[in-house]
Amino acid sequence: MEYEPVIGLEVHCELKTATKLFCGCSTIFGSDSNTQVCPVCLGLPGTLPVMNEKAVEYAVKIGLALNCTIAKYSKMDRKNYYYPDLPKAYQVSQNDKPLNYAGYLDIITKEGTKRIGVTRAHLEEDAGKLIHQGGKAGRLESSDYSLADYNRGGIPLVEIVSEPDIRSADEAHAYLTALRNILLYIGVSDCNMEEGSLRCDANVSVRPKGTEKFGTRTEIKNMNSFKFAKQAIEYEIKRQSALLDKGERVVQESRLWDVNESKTKTMRSKEEAHDYRYFPEPDLVPIILSEDYVNSIKKNLPELPAAKRTRFVSQYGLTEYDAGVLTSDQELADWYEEGAKHTKNPKGLSNWMMGDMAARMKEEEKELKDLKFEQKKLCELVDLIDKGTINSKQAKEVFIELFDTGKSPEAIVKDKGMVQVSDPAVIEKAVEKVLGENANVVADYKGGKQGVLGFLVGKVMQATQGKANPKLVNEILKKKLDS
Amino acid sequence: MALSEKDVQYVAKLARLEITEAEVEKYTKQLGNILGYIEEMGKLDTTNVEPLTHPLDMKNVFREDVLIPSLTQQEVLSNGPEVQSGHFKVPRIM
Amino acid sequence: MELYQLTLHEAAQALQSKKTSSVELTKTVLDHLKKVEPQVQSFITITETEALAQAAEADKRLASGNNITPFTGVPIALKDLLCTKGVRTTCASKMLENFKPPYNATVVEKLNSAGAVSVGKTNMDEFAMGSSTETSYYQKTKNPWNLTCVPGGSSGGSASSVSADQAFASLGSDTGGSIRQPAALCGIVGLKPTYGRISRYGLIAFASSLDQIGPMTKDVEDSALMMNVIAGHDPKDSTSADVPVPDYTAEMKKSVKGLKIGIPKEFFPSEMNTEVSEAVKKAIEQLKSLGAEIHEVSLPHSPYSLAAYYVLAPSEASSNLARYDGVRYGLRVPGENIVEMYSKTRAAGFGPEVKRRIMLGTYALSSGYYDAYYLKALKVRRLIKQDYDKAFEKVDIIATPTAPNPAFRFGEKTDNPLTMYLEDIFTISINIAGVPAISVPCGLSKTGLPIGLQLIGKPFDEAALLKAAYAYEQSTDWHKNKPTLKES
Repeated sequence: MEYEPVIGLEVHCELKTATKLFCGCSTIFGSDSNTQVCPVCLGLPGTLPVMNEKAVEYAVKIGLALNCTIAKYSKMDRKNYYYPDLPKAYQVSQNDKPLNYAGYLDIITKEGTKRIGVTRAHLEEDAGKLIHQGGKAGRLESSDYSLADYNRGGIPLVEIVSEPDIRSADEAHAYLTALRNILLYIGVSDCNMEEGSLRCDANVSVRPKGTEKFGTRTEIKNMNSFKFAKQAIEYEIKRQSALLDKGERVVQESRLWDVNESKTKTMRSKEEAHDYRYFPEPDLVPIILSEDYVNSIKKNLPELPAAKRTRFVSQYGLTEYDAGVLTSDQELADWYEEGAKHTKNPKGLSNWMMGDMAARMKEEEKELKDLKFEQKKLCELVDLIDKGTINSKQAKEVFIELFDTGKSPEAIVKDKGMVQVSDPAVIEKAVEKVLGENANVVADYKGGKQGVLGFLVGKVMQATQGKANPKLVNEILKKKLDS
Repeated sequence: MALSEKDVQYVAKLARLEITEAEVEKYTKQLGNILGYIEEMGKLDTTNVEPLTHPLDMKNVFREDVLIPSLTQQEVLSNGPEVQSGHFKVPRIM
Repeated sequence: MELYQLTLHEAAQALQSKKTSSVELTKTVLDHLKKVEPQVQSFITITETEALAQAAEADKRLASGNNITPFTGVPIALKDLLCTKGVRTTCASKMLENFKPPYNATVVEKLNSAGAVSVGKTNMDEFAMGSSTETSYYQKTKNPWNLTCVPGGSSGGSASSVSADQAFASLGSDTGGSIRQPAALCGIVGLKPTYGRISRYGLIAFASSLDQIGPMTKDVEDSALMMNVIAGHDPKDSTSADVPVPDYTAEMKKSVKGLKIGIPKEFFPSEMNTEVSEAVKKAIEQLKSLGAEIHEVSLPHSPYSLAAYYVLAPSEASSNLARYDGVRYGLRVPGENIVEMYSKTRAAGFGPEVKRRIMLGTYALSSGYYDAYYLKALKVRRLIKQDYDKAFEKVDIIATPTAPNPAFRFGEKTDNPLTMYLEDIFTISINIAGVPAISVPCGLSKTGLPIGLQLIGKPFDEAALLKAAYAYEQSTDWHKNKPTLKES
């Protein structure tokens, strides 16, 4: 039986405001426990929340970047439940009047562009952090006790919920990558999954291909990277399909991705479905945003990845793929654009960036800020090749030194005496020498073995210490051989 | 809507209140009476009446994204029933 | 007359004219406080050392002549749900028996800045849930007018401390009548300001959209003086109104000629206590004789206010009290696992009335019942508010009894929770609509128990209330009566 996966993704994005959603405590990651806590975010009796205006601004930015409708009237609600990381025993979130709704995000799949709906992107506060101790190290199920740190409690989050439009683990990965890229572009979050500033849960179900009715879905949690998310979703699709094939039912439950065993597992006793008893937060007042306010934010939004990609294709003559790679990271895109100002061959620049430069950076785990050279120097290299001063093999050598030392390619070529030999007289001399020394090969060529031309070209290159202009060598050799 | 003992047990669980059998009986009766009185509201026709969550017609109260000094770790933990290495300690969650 | 029997403004006068010092005054008050305390039991915590230190500071300030306010050096009391930094704040609950807030409520900061001296934290119904102060975990407060009777609630300790001259004034809180009803039962003045007039930051929450802090004083002038200090916008409270604070004494002594007073028929049911209705009607006549115009008004939805209140308040309370779980502060009863710890802690930390209201509120908000109860109550709320809006198009002030009866005996209304809830029948709609109201003494029952007149005003028009209340008060002698701390 062929099954079609139906996937929805819930992404929690921590906003990088200076202070928390309802109080003036710092949001910096990694401080000593309980040192960024005040009476408000500790939930002490008598304390009251006051909304951070920057968090609202960032949330609206997210809504606009995801093509959402921005609510004219929006309010906060209390979501009531008990858990020791929740100081007030309720989370201030949004229930029926979220800030942003009815948006979408386009992803690039093998079949082309696909539009994934975004149901809503609402504002809420984060909970604290728990460390589980005793038993199997760090595991909730076997812990003896837990320790609570409220530094993270109260940090603003935007929860972005997709429509169940995703149909494969690959699409899910593409969605997450594209979403993360957008969030980084608009500068609202660090989007660092290791630090928890970006988290994602997946709702997965399958149904027989061609049918309409949704199958029972499970919620997958604890996917700490996009790679794991893809693996987890793939696993879950297979698991559910196998169950249905056996005639068994899928149980609606929350499951954890177990990194060590590479499978999803039931979360033991997450108990009955929560009755959250949502009601409007009486300590806060509604948010009513004017069109002027929303438009001013829209105006100040940076160019988003999709728009930049399209522009790169037309402005710099890049392929969709190349443009896609360069705009996958805003810093990289900006680096490229700065470079493109200094060369007549932006495509060439893009090739070097995506080829040799990317490879070296990956190998040595370097970022753009670690590079020893600026764009101008890389453009110099591109120009040297285009002018014919050096050939592509020489260029590779020059690049290595450029990357290692940051020295200007022109200087490198000069110091190494690498200028490509393009003087026909010099090449003719070398060609004659080689022909003279390889009479039998010449005979083969004249006898019809055209293939040996490559060997002869190689010999000429050798004779000129690799500096000869390969195109000219080819031309002159052929002329001599054919005469 | 008659309130049953099961309802009271459910609600006590939601509210994390441990109550005895005797208390379940007592509270069921008392809460039942109160709910009976409350249901008088059902007599009022409220179709087309907008709910009023705040007596004041306020909106858009914000504060600037500016740092304010936090409490010290010691102050945060000062009322903690059980603390350990700079954290609040709680028993097994599962 | 003893120093401690003075009103607040008289005490301030005595300090400013150097007839006494703050330290001397505070010592006198504390001596008297401690003398009558075994009988009245107004205080959960008496802060003698801190008070004397504050008094010494106040004396320095008084000597310098700089920045003197009517509160500088004057002993006052604070209801024990106002957070006081470093001083135990219990809400009269076992749950917070040893809780020491690391911060001050905004109103406390304001009083401190004005130079007030705080003698202690007063007793109340547990978490402000009650109308007799009988649900306090710690002690029962007695009505100074008759020690076998309740002082009212939930600000019972605040009322009795002022009535028994243990403090010159007190801050209470009012969610359904908790300032006004005990003020009426103890023969003092109690004002619940407009919702949002006073910052709630540091007020331990019962029902967020209904709670307000307010002054409980020996007379109307003291009430106005206290409003001048505590009123005002607070950026720490998102629901605090950004409305300028007038000088509440400015209009107070003006004539009430032409003031339109409305009498709602719904508040004078035929079956009500005749002593109360007589006294209140007489008071209204008195106001008429001072030049006020009396009109009939109607608040047709007010009979439903108790029902709406007993959905709204417990619902908000069930959420506000969820944080008392033994993790970060307050009582913790150990358990095998966290759920057990939560459940045992909350079972041991809360009294039965609190548990009842938490369960009621949880039920009203729970899945399937939200529309029928909570949402319905919010709609009824709008209807009640609209009643007041309409009435205030016709009149400036509305006059009613404060409480349906004078003080009752201990245990008289505790069998059936509903019986106690009905104590608030005249005060509750005011909180739902968010309008201000004041209770002033207007008579004594046959057995010598105080009766209160309630005056209700337009939003942010406390000045009109204080004017009418002052005019009435000054034209009678009720405010001069003192309780004798007897039992009968």
